Amino acid sequence: MVRVLKLELRGITKRFGTLLANDHIDVVVEPGQIHCLLGENGAGKSTLMNVLYGLYEPSEGEILVDGKPVSFRGPGDAMEAGIGMVHQHFMLVPVFTVAENVALGAEPTKAAGFLNLDETRRRIKEISDQYGFDVDPDALVEDLPVGVQQRVEIIKALVRDAQVLILDEPTAVLTPQETDELLDIMRQLKSGGTSIVFISHKLREVKAVSDTITVIRRGKVVGTAEPAASTTELASMMVGRAVSLTLDKAPAQPKEKTFEVRNLTVIAPNGQHVVDGLSFDIARGEILAVAGVQGNGQTELTEAILGLQERVHGSILLDGQELLGRSVKEVLNAGVGFVPEDRSVDGLIGTFSIAENLILDRYDQAPFARGISMSPARVLENAKSRIEEFDVRTPSGALAAGTLSGGNQQKVVMARELSRPLRLFIASQPTRGVDVGSIEFLHKRIVAERDQGTPVMIISTELDEVMELADRIAVLYKGKLVGVVPAGTSRDVLGLMMAGIPPEEHVHTTQAAEAADTTTSTSDAEGGDHV
Amino acid sequence: MSEKQPPQHAEGEPAGRAQQPTPAAEETAAIVSVDTAGGAMEPSAVPATAQSGQLPGGPDTLLRKIFTGSGMVSVLAVLLALIIGGLLIASTDKQVATTATYFFARPTDFLAAVWNAATRSYIALFQGSVFNPRGNGLAAQFAPFMETLTIATPLITAGLGVALAFRAGLFNIGAQGQIIVAGILAAWVGFALDLPMGLHLLLVLVAGIIGGAFWGGLVGVLKARTGAHEVILTIMFNYIALYFLRYLLNTPAFQRPGESNPISPILDPTAVYPQIFGSQYRLHLGFLLAIAATVLVWWLLNRSTVGFEFRAVGANPKAAQTAGINVSRSTILVMALAGGLAGMSGVAQVAGTEKVLTDGVAATYGFDAITVALLGRSSPWGTFAAGLLFGAFRAGAVQMQIQTGTPIDIVLVVQSLIVLFIAAPPLVRAIFGLNPRRRKPARPAKSREAATTGGAA
Repeated sequence: MVRVLKLELRGITKRFGTLLANDHIDVVVEPGQIHCLLGENGAGKSTLMNVLYGLYEPSEGEILVDGKPVSFRGPGDAMEAGIGMVHQHFMLVPVFTVAENVALGAEPTKAAGFLNLDETRRRIKEISDQYGFDVDPDALVEDLPVGVQQRVEIIKALVRDAQVLILDEPTAVLTPQETDELLDIMRQLKSGGTSIVFISHKLREVKAVSDTITVIRRGKVVGTAEPAASTTELASMMVGRAVSLTLDKAPAQPKEKTFEVRNLTVIAPNGQHVVDGLSFDIARGEILAVAGVQGNGQTELTEAILGLQERVHGSILLDGQELLGRSVKEVLNAGVGFVPEDRSVDGLIGTFSIAENLILDRYDQAPFARGISMSPARVLENAKSRIEEFDVRTPSGALAAGTLSGGNQQKVVMARELSRPLRLFIASQPTRGVDVGSIEFLHKRIVAERDQGTPVMIISTELDEVMELADRIAVLYKGKLVGVVPAGTSRDVLGLMMAGIPPEEHVHTTQAAEAADTTTSTSDAEGGDHV
Repeated sequence: MSEKQPPQHAEGEPAGRAQQPTPAAEETAAIVSVDTAGGAMEPSAVPATAQSGQLPGGPDTLLRKIFTGSGMVSVLAVLLALIIGGLLIASTDKQVATTATYFFARPTDFLAAVWNAATRSYIALFQGSVFNPRGNGLAAQFAPFMETLTIATPLITAGLGVALAFRAGLFNIGAQGQIIVAGILAAWVGFALDLPMGLHLLLVLVAGIIGGAFWGGLVGVLKARTGAHEVILTIMFNYIALYFLRYLLNTPAFQRPGESNPISPILDPTAVYPQIFGSQYRLHLGFLLAIAATVLVWWLLNRSTVGFEFRAVGANPKAAQTAGINVSRSTILVMALAGGLAGMSGVAQVAGTEKVLTDGVAATYGFDAITVALLGRSSPWGTFAAGLLFGAFRAGAVQMQIQTGTPIDIVLVVQSLIVLFIAAPPLVRAIFGLNPRRRKPARPAKSREAATTGGAA
């Protein structure tokens, strides 16, 4: 049943008007390989895959399947040829069951046009068992976590006998755990004979799973690399210049503690205590990183500080002033800079110009407004200098913010929040979906803000980011504070804390181990690996 | 690389990189704005921000930009509606029917008859709404145009009300009710109070605006406090206003003494709008106020913090809230302002053209206002232009029926067709061959050619 399929893209060129999105790209996907396309946001990876999937017609070049040229007029043709694609944004109907979603588009029917989903259910079970997907065919898609929804997408492709699976930035929406699970699934699929085209800009994942890496920059293939290549090497190929992946920041020089949270509790509409009795404080000139698996109260914590949550108890003091019970505007005016975790929903207005987005929370203040009269000239002027300062890649500040790439959108939000005097800076997932080159830049800006003496709070589900930025690390689990530990705490300890195990227990053992012998600490570390 | 320079200086090709995305990006913006009726409607399911690739398209010529721009879709929709309207007119024409019987013998007769029927009606429509060359003297020749402006006046102000609410993300169906409540208050001040010239009219205007603002603002309050949907609220408020008016017209306070019909006393001469060009035309001061209102709404939306809040709430309420904008306050305020603008239409009716209060005070202006705002893409000057066009349709329709026997209803059909085409921009673009998303069939041999000529598609 397993058909092996060799896929070849030869000289693919795609122009959008004068924009050259793909410039004579050659890629060969060998059967049973995981082939990674590595490149920054906007490098042309997705365009190339849309060409391959029949969504776009190439301006030049050809696609060969098993050595024969083919032309796809649409995704149907591509699927027919054995190519399946999992988009970054899932194409699922939330109110349908898994089986209904999988059947959609090729519904098997009984006599008189009645749906016959039994066959689909059987196939889902089969695939699910084969690869350990753990997907219930009768579950409603809207009830499933994102990671499982993604597996449904993969099943959709496999049910249609896909021999080549295109995964477009599959890990962008996943938590670290889900990412690891996906990488496992990819390896299993590979051993089952399916080739995978894996599109990503995250070096760690790429190195972990790929057989071949093709690096794309500005629409061109700049080279291929072995997964054994160092991350620095890959990063510089991708960005086109040397990138330092480790942030060299001076040690923190914490001053007085100006931000204090005491016994903070946030009650969700369903009565659940999503934030439960949190107490912590941040000093001026210090970065506190809040780590934790997504959905453990991080969102509600930041929203409570900003005044977006309704049922909040406890106390939030900034410079001795109570922030609780104040409007969002008052909190912002008290000097709180806020970067929300989902920039396209909470941070930006896509149809507004970049310039307008850059003053979204200061539109009614001098120099942009006098009374209720706004000055568009000053707004544009401000945009010009912010765009330059933060290297937002756009020809004009008058363009809609929705036309920017993810990394550049994030720069706009950060530029807005960091360009006024702050008494507290909160950034949620400051670099989610942002390419390597921009991450470096954004991290530097965050550290610069700290060095100016602002208390900084970073909320991130990416452990790498937490460890890189933090001066102290607070870990949340089910709305409670598991503990606050110093920077440099090991991954293993943090991993355990993220699973809800307080630090005292293993910190003690680690200290004891250090004092006694190295052998014990190795076994300790091994123990942590299993988590 | 211990000391890193900002990326824009690295490698020395920032300009090329920065310029690159322009055409596709602008195209995306253009398509988004077309698809959302200039921000008035829900954008398509996959927002531009969520799409990882750029939309395909051809080279961005100036012509193409104009044609894919949202304003052009409005113009094309009107054109298309007029063409179809013309065909409908022809289908009811006697001459066309006669020539159709010998169509295969002499098809030119038939085509000429179709052309004649349509053009005759439209010429009559034009003569009835803009310029009548048969008029006795210049004043009479321009009388139709004055009538157009008169009818356009309430359409413009009510349309502005709908458009303003649109921009803040609210679908205000309630202009009808707001006109009625404004009419009630304005009329009462106009006939019941006895005040000196000037002050009386000012009070009539203020009362009308307050009445409309109250009726609209109430919807805003209910929406902000309870989350009730404004479409349901405004529809219900229309009924409440209409039946309240009918009730009032049967009470001694409003019914004209010695009259059994539901009609109010005539407004005092001190309470009515002066006629701008003398008594020969009905055109009154309300039209100048409509121009002023258009300027005001333009300023409000584009140059004021209040308008910034409205637009932010309309485009992305969550981001607006996160940026410290009080969404509830904006909702209430925008509905009150929308009601106030519709209220000006009510004043134009009772103090401008009717000079009495009847239960037909709002006619269908409140509902036509929705169409006007839609055609005007919710922009102030677009709404103004759309108001003039609909005013012309209405003014000219009578003349058209008298001259050519074409029923007035054809104008309503044309109006409805306009709305239909505006609501479906891809249809209009497809008909005129402007669809930027159209794909050429894949033909490897021809692909090079397609790349260079594809843009014209």
